[in-house]
Amino acid sequence: MNTMDDIQLLETIERYLLGELSPTEAAQFESMRKTTPDIDQMVVEHSMFINEMANYANRKNFSKLSEITFNTLFDAGAWTPVNEQSTTYKVIQLWHRYKKVTAIAATVGGFIALITTIMTLYFSPSLNGSQVLQLSKAIEIIKTNQLAQGNLLNEVKTKLPENAVLISGGTGFLIDTKGYIITNAHVLKGNKAMVISSDGKELNADIIYTDQAADLALLKINDADFVSPKTIPYSIRKKTSELGEEVYTLGYPRNDNDIVYGKGYLSAKTGFDGDSNAYQLQISANPGYSGAPVFNENAELIGIINTRQKQLEGVAFAIKSAKIFDLIAASDKTNGDFKNLKNQRSNSSSKSDRKKQISNLEGYIYNIRSFN
Amino acid sequence: MTKKVKKIKNSHFGLLLNYLSINTLKAEYNEHALLKGLANNDSKAVETLYKCHFGMIQHFVTNNNGSFDDARDIFQEAMIALYEKVQHESFSLTCQIKTYLFSICKHLWLKRLQQMGKYSSPLNSEEEAISVTSDIEEAAQKDAAFDIMDRALNSLGEPCKGLLEGYYLNKKGMQELADEFGYTNSDNAKNQKYKCLMRLKKLFFAQYNIGD
Repeated sequence: MNTMDDIQLLETIERYLLGELSPTEAAQFESMRKTTPDIDQMVVEHSMFINEMANYANRKNFSKLSEITFNTLFDAGAWTPVNEQSTTYKVIQLWHRYKKVTAIAATVGGFIALITTIMTLYFSPSLNGSQVLQLSKAIEIIKTNQLAQGNLLNEVKTKLPENAVLISGGTGFLIDTKGYIITNAHVLKGNKAMVISSDGKELNADIIYTDQAADLALLKINDADFVSPKTIPYSIRKKTSELGEEVYTLGYPRNDNDIVYGKGYLSAKTGFDGDSNAYQLQISANPGYSGAPVFNENAELIGIINTRQKQLEGVAFAIKSAKIFDLIAASDKTNGDFKNLKNQRSNSSSKSDRKKQISNLEGYIYNIRSFN
Repeated sequence: MTKKVKKIKNSHFGLLLNYLSINTLKAEYNEHALLKGLANNDSKAVETLYKCHFGMIQHFVTNNNGSFDDARDIFQEAMIALYEKVQHESFSLTCQIKTYLFSICKHLWLKRLQQMGKYSSPLNSEEEAISVTSDIEEAAQKDAAFDIMDRALNSLGEPCKGLLEGYYLNKKGMQELADEFGYTNSDNAKNQKYKCLMRLKKLFFAQYNIGD
């Protein structure tokens, strides 16, 4: 009722101001205005408001017209944008001044480059061949060393069953406080597995599920000595990460149980041969890094290292972290087993100091051993 | 750096004086028609102004620590100031459009440079061909009112914002708005429009009175 009156009054005032009232109506309204100061005040206020509204409308419409005009002319090439001519000018001056010196330097540089190229071309075939050889040798050495270490372990510790033969190894990481670990399927060439924590504790683990095509495997620590952590300090990224994003990894490429930190960046959103399930990373990855987690700056898990380019030093490939969810879904484990997975936040470690992040993460990354 | 700014500025000023001296009656007549067109939102007039004068402003701004985008923004502001000036019936331009636009742009740009701490010496209005200080002040007041209205309208939400913009900005009829916003008849739309208007006024005056 009250609002209806208000609306009616406002309408009358507006029509009065716009001159839309009939002469009799207008006369009536004016006498009302004279006798009622409240109404008079409302008229003054509204007239000012209508004026402001008209100004607003005019400017808004004109701005649009002006902008469109500018854009049309600009698109037609009416002006060439030149930014900060004064600084460009300085650079040009400098260039003129040092032109000669630069030219000489460039010539010398070019000459050296030419010689280098010729020499490289001359020597490269034999060099490349030995490099490839050396690399594969290195893999062999690690394998034999791992076997030797296996024997050693066999002698000293009891967790590895008697007559067990170490087949392969790599890195893995916890995805759940209950002891679920993700690693590469190719890390588990044997039919049994054992994990070693960063502080050297050996733990027995069951192979829950492997997906050879995705090259992912799910393990579960099955050992009384396992102390379940309260939380997992990283979240698993579901979205694709951005090109150029700084990444780092932690793995066990060495023969001892020392964790190794590696830094690099995401160099392509697809893996080897355009594989959309993987990323290409610019990172130095050695054998043993297989299954190592790849984190971004916010300590979000974005991928799992699995292969490297043989010909190109420093190029590695990582399976996208979203594939972990597919693996879990395929593993026939109920969601209850991973109830923490979805709620994980890269909480305390996010954006904090890298050293702090690493010491935080170490305890969740395991050295994986597979044996028969 | 300050020296450089001044030097370039003065060379422009010389160009301007040069231009003024070759001013003809014919040009004056054209300018009048141009301003009339501008007052009536004639796109041809706006286009002519951009074509004739933006190059000069681009040159000035980019030679004085600014980018192309800065030049565009500054020129747009000056165009709005000129547009709002020609809206008044009492309007008269005591100089050429070119001089006016350049003075406004120079003033606005040096003020902005000062705010960024890139230009330290105070603005000297004696150097200018014409004093635009009062125009600048008026434009600043209008800017404030415009911003208040803009914020008030944007905080209304739909359908109020659309309804009021349709009526006051795009001058649509009540029936057209009723169809567009799905009201059964124009009376319903009108009622809704007034309800929205009351809300808008409340929001507007809450800000406007603080500004006073």
